[in-house]
Amino acid sequence: MILEVRGLSVQFPSRRGILTAVDDVSFSIAPGEVLGVVGESGAGKSMTGLAVIRLLEPPGRISAGEVRLEGRRIDNLRHEEMRRIRGRKIGVIFQDPLTSLNPLYTIGEQIEETILTHLPLSKSQAREHALSLLREVGIPAPEARYSNYPHHFSGGMRQRVVIALALAAEPRLLIADEPTTALDVSIQAQIIALLKRLAAERGAAVMLITHDMGVIAETAQRVAVMYAGRIVELGPVRDVIHSPRHPYTVGLMGSIPKLGVKQDRLLQIEGAMPRLTAIPQGCAFNPRCPRRFDRCLTDRPELLAAGASRAACWLHASP
Amino acid sequence: MHLLSVDSVSRDFDVSSPWLNRVLEREPRRILRAVDHVSFEISKGETLALVGESGCGKSTVARLIAGLYAPTEGHIAFSGRRLQMIFQDPYASLNPRWRVRKIIAEPMLFLEEQKPVEQFLLQVGLSADDAERYPHEFSGGQRQRISIARALAGEPDLLICDEPTSALDVSVQAQILNLMADLQDRLGLTYLFISHNLAVVSLIADRVGVMYLGRIVELAPASRLFSSPRHPYTRMLLDAVPDLAMSGKSRTPVAGEVPNPLAPPSGCSFHPRCRYATARCQVEVPRFSDGVACHAVEEGRLPT
Amino acid sequence: MFSPWISPQNPFDAAALDLNAAFKPPAWLDGGDRAFLLGSDNQGRDILSTIMHGARISLGIGLASVAFAMVLGVTLGLLAGYVGGRLDAFIMRVADVQLSFPAILIALLIDGVARVALGGERHEEIVIPVLVLSIGFAGWVQYARTVRGSTMVEREKEYVQAARVIGRRPLAIMAAHVLPNVIGPVLVIATIHIATAIITEATLSFLGVGVPATQPSLGTLIRVGNEFLYSGEWWITVFPGVALVVLVISVNLLGDWLRDALNPKLR
Repeated sequence: MILEVRGLSVQFPSRRGILTAVDDVSFSIAPGEVLGVVGESGAGKSMTGLAVIRLLEPPGRISAGEVRLEGRRIDNLRHEEMRRIRGRKIGVIFQDPLTSLNPLYTIGEQIEETILTHLPLSKSQAREHALSLLREVGIPAPEARYSNYPHHFSGGMRQRVVIALALAAEPRLLIADEPTTALDVSIQAQIIALLKRLAAERGAAVMLITHDMGVIAETAQRVAVMYAGRIVELGPVRDVIHSPRHPYTVGLMGSIPKLGVKQDRLLQIEGAMPRLTAIPQGCAFNPRCPRRFDRCLTDRPELLAAGASRAACWLHASP
Repeated sequence: MHLLSVDSVSRDFDVSSPWLNRVLEREPRRILRAVDHVSFEISKGETLALVGESGCGKSTVARLIAGLYAPTEGHIAFSGRRLQMIFQDPYASLNPRWRVRKIIAEPMLFLEEQKPVEQFLLQVGLSADDAERYPHEFSGGQRQRISIARALAGEPDLLICDEPTSALDVSVQAQILNLMADLQDRLGLTYLFISHNLAVVSLIADRVGVMYLGRIVELAPASRLFSSPRHPYTRMLLDAVPDLAMSGKSRTPVAGEVPNPLAPPSGCSFHPRCRYATARCQVEVPRFSDGVACHAVEEGRLPT
Repeated sequence: MFSPWISPQNPFDAAALDLNAAFKPPAWLDGGDRAFLLGSDNQGRDILSTIMHGARISLGIGLASVAFAMVLGVTLGLLAGYVGGRLDAFIMRVADVQLSFPAILIALLIDGVARVALGGERHEEIVIPVLVLSIGFAGWVQYARTVRGSTMVEREKEYVQAARVIGRRPLAIMAAHVLPNVIGPVLVIATIHIATAIITEATLSFLGVGVPATQPSLGTLIRVGNEFLYSGEWWITVFPGVALVVLVISVNLLGDWLRDALNPKLR
């Protein structure tokens, strides 16, 4: 396993007491694997990603659990050490490609600098490497575009540059937070194909955070569904999509409009995700759940085996 | 008699630099044609959707019809009495300083009969007490319900919906789409629905117009458009939608991106990205006939 | 504000003045008189009383001129930001030109013009309104710029477009929708501006183009007292000066408090 996360919790103090944004989350990602992390806004998916790379905004902090990268604990490293690992072993892709690039430097300079910081290469080797990266992410005529500034690129091309930059130090783990959300569908399809190919070719682990189940279906092998700070279902993408086991996943899948399926109404989950200040007792989904029973009101379910997946739902408790 | 007919409407925007810079730098005036000879009709009780990628002009069409912009060329004829609009951003579309009661009552200023605000709140699934609260006390989905209630209060014959669910989470989107469908059934509303999301459009629309660089390239009943798309761009768009069914169908992501609308390609503006393009496509703008604007379709060259 | 009732003496009631009581030092010094706590001036007026009356005039002129500047600036800023185009260009060019002159110069100019146009006699009668207008006119630009900027942001927001679709007229939209959403920063500027306006008025009066000695503001008092500074009667000018500083600081503190109190996010 490249990434192993065990019992990770993120808390931050607020006027209304300590809020738990990520609550006891565990997962792992193998080399060459894409793990999708899906959830609606406020589910804690981005917060989980930020906690793994230790970029939480204070006063948010990891309050429990451990994170291991290639077997080595990284959640308790000092900042200076973590910064080095983040550049060298972890690549990060954010939603907005414009803010991920420095507008004052050419894209060539930015990639070259990252390479020189982390890899033992000479200046000319670094340039060669940068060019091959740009070629790999599908920038046409990379020699000509090497000395262009970020604003010379369209949104889709810019996201390719960001991906090239994230790959520059040959990281083992790639964290992509909504990498296609700001892009048009046709560009989105190109970026998805690119991410998928890179993960397979380079054997890196990819944590793909998105709200879009379609992107997950296209890219990931396994998926973790988050709700109110917890993973409620974790399993192979095909199983989670075709036979979801947690009532929330069932509702989520039913509420996505599908092309080529004639339906008059969408399945609807009543209500809304609870705020962090008011997470219900027992199972956090119980007030909205059509299948709740007594136990759901009092006991919080752990992930339990359910078919090929695992689901945090008492329906799957062995009798 | 159509409720709305849009006849060869175009809209230009002046995106030139300020006058002094233009003179000093000898730059010409730059005109962006956001909407280029768009025509369509909407009948009472139906839902027409316009889809396309960002910058295709679909939102400009919505604003032209709503009267927020005046057309540069062409005519818009509306035979109803009133229209209302629902916007994309639930955080910007309600005045933060007004109570919900005042927000919903605003369109009624122009009606003879003043109905109680509570009636509209209940209609969109909110409670009567919500009238005394401020917008910031509501979630995104609830705010979009307030927007819908405000639009209904104006008793519109036509409701223009500009990406009404794009800023919402999927489960909330489902609630709003279901609400809109229910309201249409109950009140016989007519919708012009603007969206970039083909799956949403396939759910809600009776007819669909596909836009590319300011033009409508295909306009057809939804069932036909989604089962047998004709224009190569429509095919490309449908192909690019992530496949949730995971049927494992092979996809060839289209190369290229939408060109700069300030310098659109000659002839058919899709020709640089179209694998069926010929010499004719590079010089001649295809005529819109029989629901599609494509030389290859007209010449019968496209595989079905 | 309440000086007519609480001050020990009415300094402008000639009948009450006693030239024998002139140049009395403050009460705690030799030759001081309990009746004149801070001493008296060349005409036997009680300094404490003149300060109270003067502060009232200063504060009044400050408030009125800020109100005038605010109304003018907010109106022009709203129009420029909402209507845009040539009107915007015109208003903002005028503002730019005016901004390149110091406020005090503009106030001097307007006051001078009024003086010439109305003649000495009549000018004396309406000097306070003229001061208010000239100080106010020198200050509208800041409001106009702030309001124009936020108006341009707000007018693109969807709630303003929704109101346009509903069919409301531009003036109604500006008043009902845009104004309440752009007024916040204006109030903050205004509280700071009141202190500046008081100082501008004091400067004008000190230079002798402000309010006349018959209705002295703090600035006039300082000027009048200045003449006696070197002959040893320092209290005639120092106490009004201290009063001016205290007044300006109090107004600023009040403004700070008001700003926090009006901000719903801090409550």
